[in-house]
Amino acid sequence: MASNGGTGGGGRSEAASGLLLVSPPLVYAVLLLAAPLFMVLVYSLSLPDGGFGLGNYAEVWSDRINRLLMMRSLTVSMSVTLATVLLAYPVAYFVSFHVRPEKKSLWLFLITIPFWTSYLIRVFLWKVILGYNGVINSGLISLGIIDEPLQVINYNVPALVMTLAHAYAPFAILPIFVALEKIDRSFLEAGRDLGESQFMTFLRVTLPLSMPGVIAAVLIVFIPTVGDYVTPDLIGGGKLPMIANRIEGTMLKQNNRELGSAIAVSAMMIVALVSIVFLFLNRRFLRGTK
Amino acid sequence: MTTSDPMIEFRDVHKYYGDYHALRGITATIRPGEFFSLLGPSGCGKTTLLRTIAGFEDISSGAVLVDGRDMAGVPANKRPTNMVFQSYAIFPHLSVEENVGFGLRRDPRSKEEKARAVGEALEMVGLKGYGKRAAHALSGGQRQRVALARALILKPKVLLLDEPLSALDKKMREQMQVELIRLQRQVGITFILVTHDQEEALVMSDRIAVMFEGEIAQLADPETLYRRPNSRKVADFIGTMNFLPAKVLEEGAGAVEIEAAGFGRIHVEASQVMGGATAEGATVGFRPETLTILYDSSAATDRESMATIEEVVYFGDMTYYDVRIDGTETPVRISMRNVFGRPVLDRGARARVGWSPGALVLFR
Repeated sequence: MASNGGTGGGGRSEAASGLLLVSPPLVYAVLLLAAPLFMVLVYSLSLPDGGFGLGNYAEVWSDRINRLLMMRSLTVSMSVTLATVLLAYPVAYFVSFHVRPEKKSLWLFLITIPFWTSYLIRVFLWKVILGYNGVINSGLISLGIIDEPLQVINYNVPALVMTLAHAYAPFAILPIFVALEKIDRSFLEAGRDLGESQFMTFLRVTLPLSMPGVIAAVLIVFIPTVGDYVTPDLIGGGKLPMIANRIEGTMLKQNNRELGSAIAVSAMMIVALVSIVFLFLNRRFLRGTK
Repeated sequence: MTTSDPMIEFRDVHKYYGDYHALRGITATIRPGEFFSLLGPSGCGKTTLLRTIAGFEDISSGAVLVDGRDMAGVPANKRPTNMVFQSYAIFPHLSVEENVGFGLRRDPRSKEEKARAVGEALEMVGLKGYGKRAAHALSGGQRQRVALARALILKPKVLLLDEPLSALDKKMREQMQVELIRLQRQVGITFILVTHDQEEALVMSDRIAVMFEGEIAQLADPETLYRRPNSRKVADFIGTMNFLPAKVLEEGAGAVEIEAAGFGRIHVEASQVMGGATAEGATVGFRPETLTILYDSSAATDRESMATIEEVVYFGDMTYYDVRIDGTETPVRISMRNVFGRPVLDRGARARVGWSPGALVLFR
């Protein structure tokens, strides 16, 4: 009995010290994440007459501009995600499979070098490269290939996608790399041994086994880019607002917290929904790989 | 083509990893339908040699032939061999039947026929009804069976087994040894097993290649390896062997006359004379069961010596005695069956030890 009491007490003190350890981030999370989110939710449901209801949501989604901007946000972030993951996978694959083990950390270090420059400056640099009087246009003019600066490479969605894809590349490379590193190389040998070519072994073994990393990469890129706010402002020059810019405008410039919150909550729901659909599709894909 | 043509042929195979000489001129043949083992301590090159057959290692020089065909430049997926990996390499994202059917993708048979083949393969390895299970939910022994079914369903000419039993516990290992032998007889495919466990090799193999440092030290059937190891090193690696110093007195035709410590003058047949002595010089070697403690009631044999019992290890069915034969310095181990009515002797007791000259091997 005494020993039982002892272990019980030990368990309690362990739980207490555990709670103590997590409390700073917990307090932080509650005060700065959960509470504001809850506030936004409450705002979004507060009607002008003082009651609560879904009226704000109805108003938001009856506005054609909101629908258009949400669609643009989704298009941009999906394009960015697709481009980033498709470009990141070969890089991660190369580092994991073709770089000698002692050189791998050097490669990862090199991949993170873009982070040494602030995101804002990187966006400005893309402006310098793609802009009206930018590197590409002036280069092409001085080579005599074009007479007038090209308009198609700036202030448009492809420029936005290019900038964002570059910025998020390391975020996509790292989880895919980790997933590839975890694959026991004997699985690949088994694939070859059972009669499959290198390419088919990749499709039937490597790719499905690295899917957790790909999913992580997709979510890490997709979720923040939907809500990106700085890049459309700078690259688009104010002419290419996305949903986050709309939220900012509604909240701050029009001082309409209720409507702004409703847009924000709707956008969150849509992102969550798209992510869940993606996870579901991925599970189906994994099951279908035979 | 007759059945005596070798299934596998190594012709002076060398393999370098940078400066490291991993395989040093392997020349050997493996017969069709044989259960063949590559036995040796870790780092002796046995797994490397196995992987040269599978196509996972290139060789630096020489040739590896499978069923008469040079495998140079033939990728792993085009070779008539299949492998059971040490880690089993059961694909974790697939079910048991998907794993077993993995290699059947390009098989021209219909879906139903393939499904039947998978079912039969699972039945053969004792996993009937496990097809729908997730691979990651299997125990070690079950994974091994799936790996076997997955390889055998492709009807390879040679099945390669890379330390397949090392991850299992003792009881499971013994059970799988018997099952592997049964399976090999059933399918008639050439099995090549890599193992560091000499007992496993002796139990399972038709022939064994003992490897040290990238070379085959001896290639023989289990009994020859056990009874007439061709060097002290092989003798040491396989089972327990006692060694006592000896001196060659007279070289006759077909036999050698020696003076061995504790045994006196012995006549050793030429078939029992081996090379491979160590720097200590010539020694006689003998297995623990070839010496017998003679109880007073037993009749005198042709040869016997007096000895002192220094240690007694009781095993139930057997007793191991470490005895020092008069006139020798190092104790030797003798094993005796504990027959009913035969007392276990005490430490310090004196005993008569008998032997037969045929059981002795001379290393010189």
